[in-house]
Amino acid sequence: MTALIPQSILELDKLVRTIADAIAAVLQGIGLGPAWVTLIQLSIACLVVIAFAAVVVLFLVWWERKISAHIQMRLGPMRVGWHGALQTIADAVKLLQKEDITPTNVDRPIYFWAPILTFVAAVAVYVTIPFGKGLIVSDLNIGILYILSITTFTVIGLLMAGWSSNNKYALLGGFRSAAQVISYEVPMALAIMGVVMFTQTLSMVEIVNQQQSFTHWYIWRQPIGFVVYMIAATAECNRTPFDLPEADSELVAGFVTEYSGMKFAMFFLAEFLNLFSISAIATTLFFGGWQGPFLPSWMWFMIKTLIGVFVLMWVRWTYPRLRVDQLMGFAWRFLLPAAFVNLILTGLLIAVFL
Amino acid sequence: MVSDFAAVAVFLVLGAGFVLFNFLLAKLIRPSAPTPIKLSTYECGESPVGSAWIQFNVRFYLFALIFVIFDVEVVFLFPWAIVYRSLGLFALVEMLIFLAILIFGLFYAWRKGFLRWY
Repeated sequence: MTALIPQSILELDKLVRTIADAIAAVLQGIGLGPAWVTLIQLSIACLVVIAFAAVVVLFLVWWERKISAHIQMRLGPMRVGWHGALQTIADAVKLLQKEDITPTNVDRPIYFWAPILTFVAAVAVYVTIPFGKGLIVSDLNIGILYILSITTFTVIGLLMAGWSSNNKYALLGGFRSAAQVISYEVPMALAIMGVVMFTQTLSMVEIVNQQQSFTHWYIWRQPIGFVVYMIAATAECNRTPFDLPEADSELVAGFVTEYSGMKFAMFFLAEFLNLFSISAIATTLFFGGWQGPFLPSWMWFMIKTLIGVFVLMWVRWTYPRLRVDQLMGFAWRFLLPAAFVNLILTGLLIAVFL
Repeated sequence: MVSDFAAVAVFLVLGAGFVLFNFLLAKLIRPSAPTPIKLSTYECGESPVGSAWIQFNVRFYLFALIFVIFDVEVVFLFPWAIVYRSLGLFALVEMLIFLAILIFGLFYAWRKGFLRWY
């Protein structure tokens, strides 16, 4: 058994396949139909992905605090665990036992469902993210289009939170986030379309398979598309320099002003899930996903994605926040034309050279 | 094929279930001692003035409207992008005409000042 472990870490997809088959065998043994077996397998896969995502978020929150601290010449959390590595767990436990204050004036059902919708929209993206060779919950044939559409639900959650709180800061934050997210949605979709023109498929696994080696990465064919995607994606997940929805210095905490305890924690979790998923999508589309030499595929995926996350954090703690008019003007008057130009250039290049 | 999208349904249900489970867990642990002051709307420590459910700026509406137009165009462009390489020159000309109309619309909105926030 001990000899098996290193091998199974190297070939995680085989391990997963073995476990899935074992579960299926057990379930069929007690006489369940194939539909039930699939359903239970999917449920287990889903719980594993949620658990994995939760661990990643715990790590990313700690990382963000350490990176921000070191960029600002501070130490950051140092007390709980090695260099504060367990700080996030302590914070999560703290949030769990915090009183949940629901103000009397809120629109209760909407106030209650807003964090749920935001979290579900953030976690549903992980259905079709290829974590490694064969490590994907479901390879949807509309993969990237599905991701684009499901992430848009986040904006409904934020708007629900902002509106139902009956708080002026929350309302402004909600409106700003709605305006911002929908404005940056269009250039993001157009930037992804540039890649789709090369791949001729929307399936995430197929897109990774086409980027066999370093030279086949789509970033070399889509440099403008990549820049537009990264800017738009940063805005999509409301991070500095586009963090106007929760601009602390003017809007207190934006749409989460009235939220406390576990409801606040869910918004926070969703935000970091989005951070990880935009980096994972960038890895899949532009950097060859899990393809790479020597190391196992899932390790390559994590390395590339975490480098992407690091760059996003670096940007966040380096640049100041934009003004609202600059933000909207940038989306519609610069990013959208740039995405159109990229699309036309890509079309011409394919027509001439391929 | 069906089980592909069953995964999506499972994620939606279990994702919501995860959040509800956390809410329940927190409910069992956390204290609950509400007071009228604690439950009032936060407004920098002052008593809140009026409701927040008021009329809002029409510019939000304009941006939403422009977004709807462009997002529908994006959905139309996706099938074209997938089959582009197999269609050849015909698709290129067609796309250029389509994009020209789109960009003309953007230019119109720009000149009309719809893209200005202030």
